[in-house]
Amino acid sequence: MAQADGRISRLRIMVTVALALIVAIVPLPEALRPARPDFLLLLVIYWSLSAPRISGLSFAWLSGLAIDLLSGTVLGQHALAFLVVAYLTHKFQLRMRIFPIWHQTLTVFMLIALYQFIVFWIDGIVGPGITNWLRWLPVVTGALFWPVLVAVLDTWNRRRA
Amino acid sequence: MVTLSSDTRPIIGRGPPLGARLFFLGLLSVVVMVLDHRGQYLETARQWIGIAMNPLYAVVEAPATFWNWMTGSFSDRATLRVDNARLSKELHSARVKLLQFDALQEENQRLRALRAASQGTAARTLIAEIISVDDVDPFRHRIRVNKGATDGVYKGQPVVDAFGIVGQVVRVDRYTAQIILISDAAHAIQVQINRNGIRSIASGIGDLKKLSLPYMTIEADVKVDDLLVSSGLDGIFPPGYPVARVSKVERDPSATFAVVEAKPLAQLDRNREVLLLWVARSPAETKETPPVEAAPPAKTAPPEAAPQQ
Repeated sequence: MAQADGRISRLRIMVTVALALIVAIVPLPEALRPARPDFLLLLVIYWSLSAPRISGLSFAWLSGLAIDLLSGTVLGQHALAFLVVAYLTHKFQLRMRIFPIWHQTLTVFMLIALYQFIVFWIDGIVGPGITNWLRWLPVVTGALFWPVLVAVLDTWNRRRA
Repeated sequence: MVTLSSDTRPIIGRGPPLGARLFFLGLLSVVVMVLDHRGQYLETARQWIGIAMNPLYAVVEAPATFWNWMTGSFSDRATLRVDNARLSKELHSARVKLLQFDALQEENQRLRALRAASQGTAARTLIAEIISVDDVDPFRHRIRVNKGATDGVYKGQPVVDAFGIVGQVVRVDRYTAQIILISDAAHAIQVQINRNGIRSIASGIGDLKKLSLPYMTIEADVKVDDLLVSSGLDGIFPPGYPVARVSKVERDPSATFAVVEAKPLAQLDRNREVLLLWVARSPAETKETPPVEAAPPAKTAPPEAAPQQ
């Protein structure tokens, strides 16, 4: 359904971002921790598709910086990864919007994989990287959460604020 | 499918093109990373921007805090009495131990004075509570505590608990600090076998229950159950604090180094509170430090005692 960019307010985006940041650090059982999806990244992709005027590259960069601050990694690491993902999303937004959902999910899967790879790569430059296979688990869980996220946020966006 | 939003802006005048913005922000990221990692120029900036994250910690912490408060205020009389009896018993035995400790400390100081040793002792301590938030990266052993730069915490500060060395401070915000545990794969600590004084390095391997001692030759006199204490040679940890107990020694005659593993003594996975240490380093400082009295002088000591690391 066609929707004007203006109806999605900045406030709405800020609320979702705040929630995603909380989910990023909320304590989980030890077994589930490696599977925690990168909700903030999913949000950045979603808002880049549905509200590209508000959620530009600087928004993505600042979101990444917030993750850097929270996780105590070298500043700019996640910011760069977020930036690259947001750039690709913006670049292909017209195509990605009209993909069927499974196709879109696959694209998002690859975007998250790219994100994790950039983080992994910079980790390796800065210090001893983490070579555990479980570190790629968020790619799978993130892609699985994508249809859910789209369904929820689309429903929310269709209602008038 | 993501809902479509029609972009009604004119094509001209949308600001810089996408590629230019990517280039600019990408360059900015790289500059920031280099400044942060190579030069450590951004510590102050990180402290101040980090304040913005404090409300998040407060929100995430709230359920746990509330639960503690609930259980605290609704625990029944019997439980409290049992607790009280147990605690006073513990206090009693701790007092007795402290008496011995005082005597030993004095003897130790006399001996040190004889040797004119420059080894530092902990001059000031501060209890920090662990904030129950998950680090974003589950594969690194880092914890966050509720004391920061405003409490005089500094980077590289040693952290212990009641059983041994926990780790050191890696990042300092205004009100919180991040601690790297000795079991993190990026951490190594200089140790010494308490029995015979052999020095080595214990490095973390990303397992909370294991440290690895990769530089022990097969002839080295190390046995299972040997106590490893910090040697103080790294200039970060004060000497003589317990670190780990050797749990496995494997000698392959064809190899140069033995496979030695140790189990950390500190309760790395069960802590609620840790102790931050301020270490007096130079002999002059050690002499000026008043002997530790029966009550730990934790909060009464002046806050400027933090030495430059």
